[in-house]
Amino acid sequence: MGKRVGMEVSIAAAEVVGLCDVDVIAAYPITPQTHIVEHLSELVAEGHLDAEFVPVESEHSAMSTCVGAAAAGARTFTSTSSQGYALMAEICYIASSLRLPIVMAVANRALSAPINIWNDHADMMMSRDTGWIQTVAENGQEVVDLLLHAYRVAEDPRVLLPVIVNLDGFTLSHMIEPIWLPDKEEVDRYLPPYKPKLRLDPRNPMTFGPVGMPEVYTEAKKAQDEAMNGALPVIIEAWGEFEKQFGRAYRPVETYKTDGAEILFLTMGSISETAMTAVDKMRAEGKKVGLVRLRLWRPFPAKELVDVLKRAKAVAVVDRAMAFSTRSGPLCVEVKAALYDHGVSPYVQNFIAGLGGRDVTVEDFEAMAAKTGDGLSKGLPMAYEIVNVRE
Amino acid sequence: MAKETGVVSWKDLALGCTLTEPGTAAQLKTGDWRSMRPVTNYELCNKCGQCYIFCPDMVYSRTAEGYYEANYYYCKGCGICARECPKDAIQMVEEEN
Repeated sequence: MGKRVGMEVSIAAAEVVGLCDVDVIAAYPITPQTHIVEHLSELVAEGHLDAEFVPVESEHSAMSTCVGAAAAGARTFTSTSSQGYALMAEICYIASSLRLPIVMAVANRALSAPINIWNDHADMMMSRDTGWIQTVAENGQEVVDLLLHAYRVAEDPRVLLPVIVNLDGFTLSHMIEPIWLPDKEEVDRYLPPYKPKLRLDPRNPMTFGPVGMPEVYTEAKKAQDEAMNGALPVIIEAWGEFEKQFGRAYRPVETYKTDGAEILFLTMGSISETAMTAVDKMRAEGKKVGLVRLRLWRPFPAKELVDVLKRAKAVAVVDRAMAFSTRSGPLCVEVKAALYDHGVSPYVQNFIAGLGGRDVTVEDFEAMAAKTGDGLSKGLPMAYEIVNVRE
Repeated sequence: MAKETGVVSWKDLALGCTLTEPGTAAQLKTGDWRSMRPVTNYELCNKCGQCYIFCPDMVYSRTAEGYYEANYYYCKGCGICARECPKDAIQMVEEEN
């Protein structure tokens, strides 16, 4: 049986990766991710975890090491944030294109400049199209659960794609939370050993990452797109198995008090918990407000999302990153596209909030709901605003 | 001739575009975009093998008589062999079509 612990979320993340019998960890420290790989290095150094810990000289090298190790058939892990993630980006595309089931935890942090070590989703959005499966955690328990789920999905022979678990920097990574940590037997029951379909082996030589001429590149990208689409049912299935074994349920799109809601918030990550508190308060005041949380960022669960959003009169999309000049944040752009594709057109108000670690409060959510309700009732044009920006 | 040219359906590509056996480049026809072809005059050739050594695509192979013969399946017509031949035995001739 697992045990309930009070533990810093980063340490718990490292513990569960250790329980997954990871073979190779390659990482470079960067705030706010550092504690995750620091603790893994301790587990290896103290002999608790039989793995290679490669202290590389950069994030670019960290991902390159994981690519090489995964191609040789190893179970791999790394973690990064923000600027380090940007440096790693070149190899992230290669990892997914080569279909290597690497798992990475990203402690989400703003991108420079100005230099800012605090939480927002700029780095998550930067890596939107790297071809990795991406899940998003709202609390420490979810970080642990999603990391375990990540290996199972990534290594599934029907998927074979790398997976990122996003956790908000500091607001999640550095919190001490009550967490139910599984034991080794439970992890082994959920996660079968990794059996690579293809691997680098001198006895059976193969070429990973050959040049793709114009005659083949388009087909390679089409195959990757289909692999990503095909991952969705496996992701859901693996969450179903997780629920059966551990009793905690996950869905690509999760809802909170959406029944009878006229205004629905759409959020990602840890601010969803603040949003729940705000929804509780507004519901107690008789306001018909509910919350939708996007658990799965890639593959984008467009249909599942539209099925929920179409029931509302208005949707307030809360983005935590900028998409300069588009008058919509990166999340809202995709939400609007999904709605259009499905022929549904609720009133959509977009709020950019919590940039570079700025707090988003219950009062902020109340103000956003009021503004959305006002725009809807007065028939104002759908708007985009940066919450609490000083003029 | 899908295998020669690499033109296949996306469904038939190996996982991650991996080449699952070694030496597959030998199947790839690289000689179909040549505009000039090397032609050896065996009257002048002294069998020194410079064309064989310098060819970047390993087009030349040694015949039973000791001469060197180009395989136009691979030859891209770069002209290095003609340039390096100490006897000026190799001429670059324009392809007709």
